[in-house]
Formats: sequence, C-alpha cells, structure tokens
Amino acid sequence: MTATFLGTPAFPEAAKRALQDTQLRANLAHATATIRSKRAVVVGERPDWEELRLAGEALKDQVLRHLDTYLVQLEEKVTAAGGTVHWARDAAEANRIVVDLVRATGETEVVKVKSMATQETDLNGALETAGISAWETDLAELIVQLGHDQPSHILVPAIHRNRAEIREIFLAEMGKVGEPAPPDLPAEPRALAEAARRHLRQKFLRAKVGISGANFAVAETGSLVVVESEGNGRMCLTLPETLISVVGIEKVVPTFADLEVFLQLLPRSSTGERMNPYTSIWTGVTPGDGPQAFHLVLVDNGRTTSLADPVGRQALRCIRCSACLNVCPVYERTGGHAYGSVYPGPIGAILTPQLRGIESEIDKSLPYASSLCGACFEVCPVRIDIPEVLVHLRARVVDAERGGVPSAEELAMRSAAWMFGDHRRLESAQRAAGLGGRLFRRGRIGRLPFPFSKWTDARDAPVPPAESFRAWWRRTRGTRR
Amino acid sequence: MRIALFATCFNDTMFPDTPRAVVTVLERLGHTVEFPVEQTCCGQLHVNTGYQREAIPLVRLFTDTFAGYDAIVAPSGSCVGMVREYHSRVAEVAGDPGLAAAVARVAPRVYEFSELLVDVLGVTDVGAYFPHRVTYHPTCHSLRMLKVGDRPLRLLRAVRGIDLIELPAAAECCGFGGTFALKNADVSVAMVGDKVRHVRDTGAEVLCAGDNSCLMHIGGALSRLRAGVRTLHLAEILAATEPAAADHVQVSDVEPIR
Ligand code: SF4
Repeated sequence: MTATFLGTPAFPEAAKRALQDTQLRANLAHATATIRSKRAVVVGERPDWEELRLAGEALKDQVLRHLDTYLVQLEEKVTAAGGTVHWARDAAEANRIVVDLVRATGETEVVKVKSMATQETDLNGALETAGISAWETDLAELIVQLGHDQPSHILVPAIHRNRAEIREIFLAEMGKVGEPAPPDLPAEPRALAEAARRHLRQKFLRAKVGISGANFAVAETGSLVVVESEGNGRMCLTLPETLISVVGIEKVVPTFADLEVFLQLLPRSSTGERMNPYTSIWTGVTPGDGPQAFHLVLVDNGRTTSLADPVGRQALRCIRCSACLNVCPVYERTGGHAYGSVYPGPIGAILTPQLRGIESEIDKSLPYASSLCGACFEVCPVRIDIPEVLVHLRARVVDAERGGVPSAEELAMRSAAWMFGDHRRLESAQRAAGLGGRLFRRGRIGRLPFPFSKWTDARDAPVPPAESFRAWWRRTRGTRR
Repeated sequence: MRIALFATCFNDTMFPDTPRAVVTVLERLGHTVEFPVEQTCCGQLHVNTGYQREAIPLVRLFTDTFAGYDAIVAPSGSCVGMVREYHSRVAEVAGDPGLAAAVARVAPRVYEFSELLVDVLGVTDVGAYFPHRVTYHPTCHSLRMLKVGDRPLRLLRAVRGIDLIELPAAAECCGFGGTFALKNADVSVAMVGDKVRHVRDTGAEVLCAGDNSCLMHIGGALSRLRAGVRTLHLAEILAATEPAAADHVQVSDVEPIR
C-alpha cells in the first residue's frame, strides 16, 4: 500500500496526539454527527432496509465465491466493447502500468476523479516521480492535495479541515499550480466551491488523460460505474481522450440488475442522500462520444490474500460508503490519520492489516483500535461483521508473536487461563484478592501500579469484596449446587 | 425447568452482589436456581484480546459445566454475547467437532438476565421497589450483539417508586472494551468523558446497566470526579423491595445486600 503513511506510530500513540488537537476534535464531532443524522433519516425511510442489506451481502459473497469467473467475464466484455484490460498484482505493478499508459499518450498532466484504489497504490506519487502532474478534481481531494496533506476519511478526505483552514489553503496554494483563488476569498462554502470550480475548470478543459476508479464493474456487460456528487467525475470521465480506470478486483458485480441493490445502499449509507447527484456508467468506448481509448487496470494488491481467509474475506464486500467511520466512537475522536492508511476507521482497522500484513507497529495495533462496540456492523450496508474480523485479526497478531520470548501480556493471559482452568484455582485467587481488598479502606482505589495505572490515571478502580459470590453460596447454601 | 446461574468470573470475584440479586429475584418469582461450582470464565478476556487458543479449555469447561440445564442465566450482556456468538468460533479454532456440537447444544440456552425474565419466564414486573432517580445505559453487547432491545427498560418501568430518566446518546459506547481501556487508554478516557457528561446531564443519582464491566468503567470515572452518581446493576435494582430498599441505598458499594 501507499508509502506515504509508513512510519505512522502504533495506533495508541498516534491517537494520543490526535486527541490533543482540539480543532480536529471539533471539526470531526460536528461533521460526523451531521452525516450520521442524515443517514439515519434516509435509511429510516426504507422499510426494506434490512432486506437490501441482506441482498447486498449475498451478492458480494457470490462475487467473492466466483471471483475468477466474473473477472474473466468482465475482461471479455470490456475488451469486446473496445477497452483494454490490464492486470496488476500489486501497487507497484498498477502504478507502472498507468505511468506507461500516460507516457504513451505523450501527456504530462492528468485529471483524476476521487478513487480509493489509486490512493491505496499512491499513484499520484508514482506519476510525480515520472514527471506527470496529477490533478485531483474532487473538492475535498483537492483540499488535501493543495494542503500537502493526507486523506482522513473515505468519502470526505478533508473532513479534518474546517472552512477557515480551507480558505487559507486555497489562498496560499492555488496560485502555485494554476488559477489562484481571489485575494478577498471569504470562508463561505459557496465562495470556496466557486474558487475550486474556477481553478479546476482550466484543468478539465486542457486534460487529455483522465484517471478514475470505479464503484462497480458489471461482469455481464463490461460496464463501469462511478457515483459522485460534484460533477467533476462526469467531466473527467467524458472530456479527456484517454480514460484509465484503476479498480480493485473485488469491485465486480455479476449483472446490471444487481446495481439496483447497490445504488440504493450506497448513497443512503454514504452521503445520506436518497440518490447521489451524478451516476456515470460507461461500457468500453463509443466512437465519436467521450474518450476514444479506455484502459481498465484490475488491481489485486493483497485482496487475494484476504480472500483466502474465511473470516477476513468479508472485508472485501466493502463498497467504501464510510458509514462505519461516521458512527465509530473511536474514529470520531481520533480522526483518520491515526490509522496510518488511506482506509481509516473500522474498515481500515480490518482491511489495512489484511492488505499490508501485520508486520509494522501500526498494522499490528490496528485490530486493537476498537472497543468492539459494534456500531459499525449495525450500519454497514453489506453487513460486514467488523468486530468479528477485528477479534479474528487480533488472534492472528497474537499467534504471529508466539514462539519467541513471551511478552508480559502473553504471560498474564496464560496465567489467567491457568487460573480459570479449574474453579479451585479461581477460588484461591479470589481469597487472595479478598484479603488484598482489606488493605484498602472501603470504597474505591485511586492509584495502581503500571500497567493498571493506565486505568487509574483517569478512573477509580473497585476494591475486591471480602467474600466472593461462590464463597457466599457455599456459606449460605452449603453443598447444594 | 432447571435454571443454572452463570455468575461470570468478574461478578463472582468483584461484584458478588449482582449474582446474589439474580438469585433473589428468581427465587422471589418461585424458581429454583442452581450454581454449578465448576464454572469459571466464558473466555471473553482471552478471545477479545487475541488469545483464542487459551480460551479453548475455558469453552470446554463451560459446555461441560452447563450441559444439563434448560436455561443458563448470566447477569452480563458481554459474557452471554461471548458464549452465543464466539464459542462456536473457538471450537472451530480447536478443530474439535465434539466441542462444536456441545457448544451448539448449550450456547442457545444461555440468556442474559433481562432476556430470561421477559422471554423465558414471561415477566416484566418482578415486584421491585426502588424510589430513586435512575438512568439506564444500554451496554453495547446487550444492545447490538444480543439485541435485548427495551427489555431492561420494560423491567425498570415496572419498578415501583422509580424515577427513570432517559440517558442522552445512550447507545454510544462508554469506551470500556476490555483490554481496550488499557491498550488505548487515551481514546477510552475520551469516550467515557462524554458518557459521564451525559449521565450527569440527567441529574440521576443511580446509573443502571446490565453489565458490571461497563459500570465499573463509567463508575470509575464518575467516582474520580466525585460526581455523586452511583452505579448499580439492573439485577440489584430488580432485587430491591420495600423494606430492604431503604437499607440498601445507605450501604457502600462493597457491602453485601441485606
Ligand atoms: S465496511 Fe461497510 S460501512 Fe464501512 S465503508 Fe465498507 S461498506 Fe461502508
């Protein structure tokens, strides 16, 4: 995955820093609460919402079971419609293919529609190295790019910024790469959007190459689908002569009719709208209309590894709606950067360790970046049981560490398992705890040594009672069970 | 019907008043409760922290201990969630079809306390009296994993004398999450801070929930702030009756119910 996030410390440390950023906290609390309530309203309108979710889950599972078949079918249909299909094993291969395709056109700049797949491969970095300028055209993506920043949300990559910050970025940066923002730019949404529109217009009209992702790829027809809100996607997909779409292999759906399900699930879960303003669907090339060269780059980049994991593979159902981020109490407080990946929040915590592996400190810590409250599963339109995958990945992290010198945690867990292995051992421990408890005056414990200080730094701890339940049972009920 | 109490290791050791209250309520309703002494722990701590292998013997012990009962009741949404949703997974990790079959027999008969009362025993009024201002936090596992819905609230509404106040943003996690509270202490504290703010906004003197682990967390933060709000498990409110209630509210948290 992208190199730009590498070196992110383990989640707890990154989160600690983020938690101190009061501006970030305020921006996120406001933005996530707004999207959450919009979603709740439009989802509540649908009496068949649970059936839609079940249908979305079933369709995606069918795709994953027969991924090989659907991908080959997709390739045939795209090719028959005049497109060219390329297969990329990993990020480097995908980027190389795209760079070569752009070079072959002789162009040195491209316009881009917001795409998670190209974020994942850090295509912009690869293009820059090759001397090709890539202009992001989605408003939030533009803010991130101009601000030399990282995305922090799947749908709203600049969710961590407020209008005042956006105004400053536009004033300082737009002029360096194209049409500048007007010097009297106010921090008003309408004015900021207008400045972005003017800045981008030139780039749209000049660009000969467009780069996109896709929300769905229909195997039956070879059609690609991009849903968006701003119309920048429609421009990028129709104005350039060459269109290159970089798409994860899990984005395929069997038939055109299946879009019925996903085009209901996605906008309601994502932006909280009944339907998104722009839905572009295209099939190969159409002579005299739109791009005359179309390339589809199908990217694996760790997806088949996830597919081989019976529990983990459900993460591949994800349609990147970001509903799980918006309801996550952890994400709401830390923001996206702490997750060290273009995929933040609950989906990031289960997808990143599967795509990148669990070697680095950040990737090992991601499955633990959750209280397992289950709010994400409840809203996920394709019913990914995120807590289940988190727990599963935690076991993988633990199992990968086994065999060496056991950590303090492993020793503690082993001795707890030994104690719980027989009720008589538990009883001895309870008696010891009860005696220990007498050392404290009744009430609460305010200070404990490390690692329990992590608890008592902010929370009192209860004093163990003098008599456990089972001791009371035996005392009052005798030997009766 | 043979009812077994699964006290849970945490309540057994730290909050014995809660399983005692379960016994009180069930006996008051005319049922006999058994406590199989072989029981220890459902394995939640291990499974949720990634130590699934260490949980295998605990799952085996659990299914052996509770195999003969019609209903097993536990005063903890998260422990019941562990048994019903994850014991089968642990059996899979163990690669033991016999264990998997035993889990399939036992796990569906394990009920959270409010489920047992409302669904199995068909009661909402358990004859309790608790003249206090109470707010209820629906813990995550009860709410989203077990989907207990409004069962606890129906039980609380039937308590005489109670002044039940709705908790704002009630469904939001308190930030406990087992080892999460230690591993991600900063995020956890940020979360409990907001929960505490909502609890205090209600003006309640008692915060009630169906899980003592969450209550220990929120209660620990309330206590640190000297907020003047006590935490009490649902079972203990349901166990309170007219003469006993006045006694009970004066004793400290560590004293047994009289
Ligand atoms: S995991 Fe589910 S809720 Fe989260 S982004 Fe993916 S589809 Fe949406």
